[in-house]
Amino acid sequence: MSRQNVEFAVGAAERLNETLNAFLEIDREGAMQRAVEVEKGDGSGLANEGVLRGVPVAIKDNLCVRGMQASCGSRILGDYHPPYNATVIERLINAGAVIIGKTNCDEFAMGSSNENSAFGPVKNPWDTTRVPGGSSGGSAAAVAAGIVPVALGSDTGGSVRQPASLVGVLGMKPTYGRNSRYGLVAFASSLDQVGIFARDVSVMANTLGVIAGRDRHDATTADVPVPDYSAALDGDLKGARIGFPRALFGKGLDEEVGNAVKSVVDVYRELGAEIVEVDLPHAGYAIAVYYIIATAEASSNLARFDGVRYGFRAEDAPELRQMYRKTREEGFGPEVKRRIMLGTYVLSAGYYDAYYRKAQQVRTLIKNDFLSAFKVCDAIITPTAPTPAFVLGEKVDDPLAMYLNDIYTVTANLAGIPGLSVPCALSSERLPIGFQLLGPYWSEATLFQLAHAYQQARPFTERPPVYASQP
Amino acid sequence: MPITEADIAKVAQLAHLELAEEELKTFGAQIAEIVAYVEQLNELDTTNVEPAIGGLTPEGERTETSRNDEIEGSLGQKVALAEAPDPSHGHFRVPKVL
Repeated sequence: MSRQNVEFAVGAAERLNETLNAFLEIDREGAMQRAVEVEKGDGSGLANEGVLRGVPVAIKDNLCVRGMQASCGSRILGDYHPPYNATVIERLINAGAVIIGKTNCDEFAMGSSNENSAFGPVKNPWDTTRVPGGSSGGSAAAVAAGIVPVALGSDTGGSVRQPASLVGVLGMKPTYGRNSRYGLVAFASSLDQVGIFARDVSVMANTLGVIAGRDRHDATTADVPVPDYSAALDGDLKGARIGFPRALFGKGLDEEVGNAVKSVVDVYRELGAEIVEVDLPHAGYAIAVYYIIATAEASSNLARFDGVRYGFRAEDAPELRQMYRKTREEGFGPEVKRRIMLGTYVLSAGYYDAYYRKAQQVRTLIKNDFLSAFKVCDAIITPTAPTPAFVLGEKVDDPLAMYLNDIYTVTANLAGIPGLSVPCALSSERLPIGFQLLGPYWSEATLFQLAHAYQQARPFTERPPVYASQP
Repeated sequence: MPITEADIAKVAQLAHLELAEEELKTFGAQIAEIVAYVEQLNELDTTNVEPAIGGLTPEGERTETSRNDEIEGSLGQKVALAEAPDPSHGHFRVPKVL
């Protein structure tokens, strides 16, 4: 079985790549070899009872997989091949998963449309003139197009949940500290978390069960037991309380998206959940806070790309400082440079208190808003993105408009709480719409249960025009 | 406070970016717009608010992260140099510093 599944996934990835540009590397040989290996015997040597045995998986190109490239969608890393596996990759492999390739993404995970990749944008399988969202657009498209059942991405401000919403699949960012960041190329370390795309909740639950947990290589992973997520999927919603932040359903939200998410609220009510109004008074400030903290951390994290130890080095620079500057000028794309500049500005002498410290104070207020809200509800429902997928090129010249795509997702990263985007409808233009469930720390199991109950009641069975079929 | 082209040039220098004239202009305008946007935070009184430190949960903060100071295996010289743009005699070679 493993071999057929992996052969199908690799073949589909190869056939659809001209249309979608979702993969930057497809490892046919390595994947087939691994498929044969995991098929042998009874699987008793695998971790997690081999729950992912023979499952083909796609990995965002900012996670380290030994033997494969890790370009981060950037020219400055190019065909860099890391000498080690990220912890989440090691755990996937040990549980029997077969990695078929590395997926395209916005450069260093900075973007909401995948147009910032140095290797061209990913196309949305629902309409190839539109963006798949970002930054994990390749992983999102690979799952939406039926190439793989599950893929990993990273989510710093919505980079898993927003593309999941735009292509009609599930996308989760777990609690900060749930998954190891060891081997994930750092963008903003206090916000980054490895996330999962899947079409099926149980596949997602199994995958989180495999990759989650304390890792001695990442001091920010927490010593919190990993529950059996798949055991928690069933059960009725009687007594569940879902928070409805009415104020977030106002200005800037596409009407179709707003109505679709309100219908989801009605479904939850029918399923026996109690809907309670909640207020997140500082949510409107989240984008401002995010673009100070994320760029400040990025300007520091990306200082390591200097043309000395790995990746690209500019030519014709006879002096060291000149070499650094030319390498970074030629190696980074415009959005990355813009964010490094902004981050350097907000951290520079004289501005630190006005911007960075202020942003960290408002981050506390945002966190406190959620802590208060979760005293009266088990999860909060919001839209995932303010609009369905937009047309390629529409927002590239307006960074601020692009940033506002993340308005519903960044709060979870700032507060450290988990978020799950669930597909719920198609727009009049046949583009997917998703809703987001946000929960308290370590409430992933609750979010899975809520998503599962919704999907049982209202299955999302539509498929995009670009979809993998048997050759 | 308005952001001048000289400010942008200074920031580029701090960030080790050799920006082209054109980029200095575009980034200057865009960064000014973004900075004006983030200044909405000044509407909030945060006098007695503790700044958040990192993204840790209470459980994350309680997690014991120290380990014994014991030597462990590492990549080794050959592997560590394998991806370097200009390795030489077991070192990373760079252009002249002074």
